[in-house]
Amino acid sequence: MGATHLPSTEFDGTELDDQLEAQAEAALGVPSTEMVQLLGPDGTLGTDSVFSEYAERLDAEKLRGFYADMAAIRRFDQEATALQRQGQLALWVPLTGQEAAQIGSGRASQPQDYIFPTYREHGVALTRNVDLAELLKQFRGVSNGGWNPKDTNFHLYTLVLAAQTPHAVGYAMGIQRDQRLAAAKGVGSDQGADGPAEPKAAVMVYFGDGASSEGDVHESMVFASSYDAPVVFFCQNNHWAISVPTAVQTRIPLSNRAKGYGFPGIRVDGNDVVAVHAVTEWALEHARQGNGPVLIEAFTYRVGAHTTADDPTKYRESSEEALWREKDPLDRLEKYLRAEGMADEAFFAQVAADGDELAAYIRKSTYESDAPDIRTAFANTYVEAHPLVAEELAWFEEYSAGFAGGDEGEGAGR
Amino acid sequence: MTTMTIAKAINEGLRATLSNNPKSLLMGEDIGPLGGVYRVTDGLIGEFGADRVVDTPLAESGIIGTAIGLALRGYLPVAEIQFDGFVFPGFNQITTQLAKMHSRSNGNLTVPVVIRIPYGGGIGSIEHHSESPEALFAHTPGLRIITPSNPHDAYWMIQQAVNCQDPVIFFEPKRRYWLKGEVDTESAGPAEDPFKAQVVREGTDATVVVYGPLVPVALAAANAAAEDGRSIEVIDLRSISPIDFDAIEASVKKTGRLIVAHEAPTFGGIGGEIAARISERAFHSLEAPVIRVGGFHMPYPVAKVEEDYLPDIDRILEALDRAFAY
Repeated sequence: MGATHLPSTEFDGTELDDQLEAQAEAALGVPSTEMVQLLGPDGTLGTDSVFSEYAERLDAEKLRGFYADMAAIRRFDQEATALQRQGQLALWVPLTGQEAAQIGSGRASQPQDYIFPTYREHGVALTRNVDLAELLKQFRGVSNGGWNPKDTNFHLYTLVLAAQTPHAVGYAMGIQRDQRLAAAKGVGSDQGADGPAEPKAAVMVYFGDGASSEGDVHESMVFASSYDAPVVFFCQNNHWAISVPTAVQTRIPLSNRAKGYGFPGIRVDGNDVVAVHAVTEWALEHARQGNGPVLIEAFTYRVGAHTTADDPTKYRESSEEALWREKDPLDRLEKYLRAEGMADEAFFAQVAADGDELAAYIRKSTYESDAPDIRTAFANTYVEAHPLVAEELAWFEEYSAGFAGGDEGEGAGR
Repeated sequence: MTTMTIAKAINEGLRATLSNNPKSLLMGEDIGPLGGVYRVTDGLIGEFGADRVVDTPLAESGIIGTAIGLALRGYLPVAEIQFDGFVFPGFNQITTQLAKMHSRSNGNLTVPVVIRIPYGGGIGSIEHHSESPEALFAHTPGLRIITPSNPHDAYWMIQQAVNCQDPVIFFEPKRRYWLKGEVDTESAGPAEDPFKAQVVREGTDATVVVYGPLVPVALAAANAAAEDGRSIEVIDLRSISPIDFDAIEASVKKTGRLIVAHEAPTFGGIGGEIAARISERAFHSLEAPVIRVGGFHMPYPVAKVEEDYLPDIDRILEALDRAFAY
């Protein structure tokens, strides 16, 4: 042990800084403060020296798929809001306005990648094949996450802001170790001795401009940078942390923060699904190939309220919302698809019909979604047998049994 | 049987863990080439490499949070928090994330993380280096908390903690790191359940329940009481969550008197929980109220007065006197 492990404690800060900056800019071909945009609000496709080639890989079917996904999740969002108004959900967290940021990034991920969402990533959930009815269970108060993350590689929602960011980095550190363990055994590289190699994987973790102020984001970026962990930090800057504007969280573009940690940061038009997809594909591949973390700042806007309990008229002008509605992610893709002849009326009619079907499914499954038995909570507090839990459960059973027989059971509890 | 200190026993236990399970790894501040500030991980990086003995950035939330992520990927992380008073930057990750992950995933996810924390006072150290925060964690469902008081337990319990599928906080009695004792490293497996208490001295007149650093103190107090003709039973709790109430109840039904002593403040502490439970379970066997001996309701005091704060032999004997006065 010792000498070979010890890192140098001396370096020329200026030189290191320049080197990293040069690396980042060479890799990206763009200065990190400029916003990457391919599909503008007017529905015309622009160019980018690095990311246009990613956009060129998208055929009409892919683009129609993006539109269908965005339309579906917007419809889902409206339906969930309605269900909250009906008292079927305790709370809802709308995503309208952020469809491109979520569908574009989610569709750039691969099945072997692992995703850590915060709590507004319904669009990403859709791209990971999470049953959207399961997703509503948390907001109905019948589960803290109705899906098994192992089935979809889409983690549960995390409500303590940014707490999931170090989990993502740790998970990525696990992927690194898996690769090294496999390499030590002579498998897992491009051509494994024991059959086909596992595809390389990366982790993507979502958080917002508000959560970017949390210490866990800082610690996560330090860990990720120190270990070159294969993780993409995907920050949706939707401009409002409930009622507090981004300017209170940061005085510089959030993407610039990556430079301080020594990895690339990219600001992308978060309402441009083509650019978000391109940038995320690049970032995930960068991470999978062992080049370390990337920060993506998707510049977008929460058109609706923070939650159904929020009232944006108290803290922002409706003119601001109107301005952002002109940058709507669905409208611009629709314009493009129509202008290029990639989609016809029948397509849009089908999307609307699919939306109705999804809404009906969501309504039905929500109405039918009942409270679990509290015994499952007793069962899931610990993996292994626990005497206190067993004692309290036994008491609960005895107490409950006291009510089972009507009057004779009264007073049986203690 | 081999004689070694508690620090060495944990070191050997971790070595055995790293050897036996390729998915186990250690992480923490200064645990690599330095071997930890108490040298508990001494030499391990040389044997197992920097992938398995990970010197982390200086960030407790990051340590616990990344340990959770590693566990989600199938690893068995053993995270070291350098001192008791420095666990709090990681408190959120422990209580809102680690403790709840299995439950909130409806049992789909497990996070078998072990967090090692040197705890307790009596070492003449500066602020934040002598605290006993175990009750804060014991109050959190989903966590298990164990603490060895001797080298044999230290060697085995750290391995049992790693093998446990639930998150375990492993409190190490830092002022006893250099306490020597015999360790049976040869046996095929440990016989003792880490979540069960042990009677470390049998007696008939009163029971003293202690754990971690106060076990030798209670044994010394029992010896002193014996000179006065009092036969004191001493129980080493070993597990703070869950607590082995059956063992305490059985002892109290025999002795009729119960003293619980710990370094942590008595208010809201483990002693209060034991007193309440035993009052429910063995009310008619008690000859006297359950008496708690512990720290005062004040921040851990400066080192030059810590002897006035820490429960010692005389404080336990005084409590026994009160119990026998009923």
